[in-house]
Amino acid sequence: MSRLIYLDNAATTAVHPEVFEAMKPYFMECYGNPSSVYGFAAGSKKAVEDARETVAKFIGARASEIYFTGGGSESDNWAIKAVAEARKDKGNHIITSKIEHHAVLHTCEYLEKQGFEVTYLDVDEDGVIRLEELKAAIRPTTILISVMFANNEIGTIEPMKEIGEIAREHGILFHTDAVQAYGHIPIDVEELHIDLLSASGHKINGPKGVGIMYLRNSVKLGSFIHGGAQERNRRAGTHNVPGIVGFAKATEIGAKTMEERAAHEIALRDRLIEGILDRVPHARLNGHRTERLPNNVNISFEFIEGESLLILLDQQGVCASSGSACTSGSLDPSHVLLAIGLPHEKAHGSLRLTLSHETTREDVDFVVEQVEKIVARLRSMSPLYDDYCKNVQK
Amino acid sequence: MYSEKVMDHFSNPRNVGEIENASGVGTVGNAKCGDIMRIFLDIDENQVIRDCKFKTFGCGAAVATSSMATEMVMGKTVQEALEVTNVAVMEALDGLPPVKVHCSLLAEEAIHAALWDYAEKNHIQIEGLKKPKADIHDEEEVGE
Ligand SMILES: Cc1ncc(COP(=O)(O)O)c(C=O)c1O
Repeated sequence: MSRLIYLDNAATTAVHPEVFEAMKPYFMECYGNPSSVYGFAAGSKKAVEDARETVAKFIGARASEIYFTGGGSESDNWAIKAVAEARKDKGNHIITSKIEHHAVLHTCEYLEKQGFEVTYLDVDEDGVIRLEELKAAIRPTTILISVMFANNEIGTIEPMKEIGEIAREHGILFHTDAVQAYGHIPIDVEELHIDLLSASGHKINGPKGVGIMYLRNSVKLGSFIHGGAQERNRRAGTHNVPGIVGFAKATEIGAKTMEERAAHEIALRDRLIEGILDRVPHARLNGHRTERLPNNVNISFEFIEGESLLILLDQQGVCASSGSACTSGSLDPSHVLLAIGLPHEKAHGSLRLTLSHETTREDVDFVVEQVEKIVARLRSMSPLYDDYCKNVQK
Repeated sequence: MYSEKVMDHFSNPRNVGEIENASGVGTVGNAKCGDIMRIFLDIDENQVIRDCKFKTFGCGAAVATSSMATEMVMGKTVQEALEVTNVAVMEALDGLPPVKVHCSLLAEEAIHAALWDYAEKNHIQIEGLKKPKADIHDEEEVGE
């Protein structure tokens, strides 16, 4: 197989050529430390401040509300731990959801060990949190609501505006992990009443290891990384200037191309979903049918296991991912698939395909064809499928 | 992550299928944990395994260990087949990643379960064969 069909863009993306070009001068030419006084470093400082401006504008924030970090995980850790620390006199209760990324879930579990109480909201079968349940979970001691903008596995988009309103009414801070949404769907922190937001460069054709945290100016939080006075004393460490420039360039391109890209991806996404569901029996779409990221497809196939499917797709040049236990390195399948109510065996047989602007109709048609063949082949050797067929005959 | 042998046995599994009126059938594992193996044995009057087939639901390693195990017991006597251990299956596959070792245990257990079924059907005892656990994961869960 010479052709590579990369359909794992939720895991990471290729750096856009224009992003790479924008970053280049900041390695060997304009390498000065933005914190230095001499004129030579002024270019680096300006690059960082321009980047901040670009990012702020994109999400309806002020430049002084954007902090550059080492990626999505750091931003999630910082946001949640710093709110817990800053508001612990007010209360010790945090509300989040069961389908968060581990960067949020494990941070909350860590805080539970420190004496905080955490409510993990259930989701419905489409992966959407229930607003009534959120309201009912609020206590006088609730200091933070952290619900992701869009889920990385099943693509479901959460009702940000409603959550933001509920948080605001109750005077509770609202953080969202927008790592999968940023650059893909519109975000306006004012309109959605978001107080803190995490995003990451490598999911938007930017570089790895750089992200942002948006922190509303009226909210005062402590540092997460202690050291120098960078980022207004809130995030120490010499700026990753090329990374920051790349992040901003990726944001700029993301903003400019968003509408067109989403239309392209949605058309192919739906073609892929319909193609597979039409041709493969005993398959179901995971995640919301319409309130869904433009590039996400997640389908469960009964009677087969996901890792086998991934290896056979890989042999055809297709890169994909699965929520099966075998790919998560534990005995349990994905917590997200379990949270939407899939029984273990169906969660093991899940396949996630995440598209990009470069995905073509031919790619999609090829993948549908391959998935059909491979699923049939794996079922022909599955004792579960045998049992099912025999039961049907009876 | 897998050896070439594992990839070969996964991509071109040997002895996939069923044996009608098999002398012994063994099914082990559970769908909850993501792997189930079913082994069919055809055993002649001299207690020699004439044919062996399998069906497996599971990851690459689960399929490869089933395939290798069926190859290894083929043509052996029932007593010899008992000596095909999970370690032997793993070695024949040039090793497995540590998280996949349980797949080889499952293969051993599936052979034993099929032999047990054969022994029960024929009211015989096979020396050294213990009643197999239906599910090796039960033990793992207790251990946690
Ligand atoms: C929803 C979500 N949050 C957080 C992260 C972590 O981001 P990063 O890899 O930049 O640390 C990811 C990416 O894996 C993600 O999908």
